[in-house]
Amino acid sequence: MHPRRWTEFAIESLIRVLGLSSIGFVLLIFLFLLKEGLPAFLEIPPENLLGTRWYPTFDLFGTLPLILGSLLVTATAISIALPLGVATAVFVREVAPGWARELLKPMIEVLAGIPSVVLGFFGMTVLAPLVRETLDAPTGLTAFTGGLVLAYMALPTIISVAEDALDAVPKSYRDAGLAMGATQWQTIWRVVVPAARSGILTAVMLGMGRAIGETMAVMMVTGNAARMPLTLDSLFRPVRTMTATIAAEMGEVARGSTHYHVLFGIGIILFVITFLLNLIAAGAIFKKRRRGGLR
Amino acid sequence: MNRRYLVQRIGFALLGLAALLVVVPILLVVGTIVIRGATAVNWEFLTAMPRDGMKAGGILPAIVGTLLLTLGTALAAIPVGVGGAIYLAEYARDTWLTRLIRLAIINLAGIPSVVYGLFGLGLFVLFLQFGTSILAGSLTLAIMTLPVIISTAEEALRAVPTEFRTVILSLGGTRWQAVRYVVLPQAMPGIITGVILGLLRAAGETAPILFTVAAFYLPRLPRSPFDPTMALPYHLYVISTQVPGMPEEIQYGTALVLLALVLSMNVVATLIRSYYRRRREW
Repeated sequence: MHPRRWTEFAIESLIRVLGLSSIGFVLLIFLFLLKEGLPAFLEIPPENLLGTRWYPTFDLFGTLPLILGSLLVTATAISIALPLGVATAVFVREVAPGWARELLKPMIEVLAGIPSVVLGFFGMTVLAPLVRETLDAPTGLTAFTGGLVLAYMALPTIISVAEDALDAVPKSYRDAGLAMGATQWQTIWRVVVPAARSGILTAVMLGMGRAIGETMAVMMVTGNAARMPLTLDSLFRPVRTMTATIAAEMGEVARGSTHYHVLFGIGIILFVITFLLNLIAAGAIFKKRRRGGLR
Repeated sequence: MNRRYLVQRIGFALLGLAALLVVVPILLVVGTIVIRGATAVNWEFLTAMPRDGMKAGGILPAIVGTLLLTLGTALAAIPVGVGGAIYLAEYARDTWLTRLIRLAIINLAGIPSVVYGLFGLGLFVLFLQFGTSILAGSLTLAIMTLPVIISTAEEALRAVPTEFRTVILSLGGTRWQAVRYVVLPQAMPGIITGVILGLLRAAGETAPILFTVAAFYLPRLPRSPFDPTMALPYHLYVISTQVPGMPEEIQYGTALVLLALVLSMNVVATLIRSYYRRRREW
């Protein structure tokens, strides 16, 4: 074979390997989480792991308050970000005049670019005192404060995915609505948004994935008390999430100790949760591609 | 006025209100940090070592650390990411394997940043024995950045018209020659934009470097890739939560430097994109 052919063959093989590398990285990540985290599930009896008390110094590794803490903060974030994000997407796509659109787009890009630690810092120094004074509570570092900051971190994802979903609704749907004598508002509310609902569901999944995995901002504004958030006022009290626990404790833990393995175990739980959320979201994307007739 | 139009008015007003509720806090965050941080940022702050347990002096080692980490991330992530994108855009057919790759990329993008930190600790710091070092942190950040680079670069490559490739092939060129001499140069602005967007995320991340690079207080510059280093995001976390009695000015100043770094990268990416989009003739 001509030498030139050989170099080309080598380059193309390399590109193939690089293409496949993403699969390798996902497997590698899962493998190393298992390697360091599995011992936790073997060393600690399940009734301890699923207990309600997280006091690692007394060998109490109850992950339930951490899991519920993550869920509470995430649920708060989504219930703020979903209506706000979808409404903004509808505004940008359907209603806003050109100049408002040109202004909104870069603003949302700026929001997506702000590092999480900067938002956390703002949350700590400006938002938390505000929450404390408004509620007249002992501290402003609460699940609600965390949810509020997280909502804004999930917004860019939710807005852009919801915009794509609205974009995919054929113009003929809108024309049909208007031709029936419906107002533009009725068309948006009764035709366009329902037609985009699978895409909006994708937005929710991806937004939840972002929110549940967020670390720095959450750690800085939620107060980090590992208590069961069971009563109604838990929303306005400190909580601790899974991510914050890993970030706060991994630095001080002895390598190879039970506590170390449990932190990796929590990493496995986080990996599995976000994996499932993304799988559902990806499923919706693939389905939409197959059903090309709608476009 | 017809009642239906009244409802429409109210509906549109609510949508506008939602957009306002999204925008105003963004302006508040950026505005507060710029106004309160501006008084702290001067030449000494940017170029001096920290003194008095970080309560005085500058943040030079944190700035240098973040720049080095970003450089390391770029060196590792660009070849792998662009190579992966070339495979997906130019070579891959729609098989189950290709779908698996896409699924893997979606999942890489969704893995929490702190889990990347755990992975980096397990693989690079402990298993490969790089120690807490710039090398371990850069590689961790590089894997985290891959999905952004791959998907934006693939999009840029796919935007190049098919005819450009068929012309080369019809002249007797090979597929790789078409990629190397036509498609890649044409897609370059889009790829660069994607790379910058990926890197700015890496520059601002804290969780992945917590256990892989970050030094709490290290008032000297790193000498080799195996050294630990301070970094801007971690430094901001440290001085706002771990050090009691920290002057607020220094905290806001650090936040401003980090924000300015990240947002200026954002602006550069946007400018490159819009400049080449206007100049492009296809």
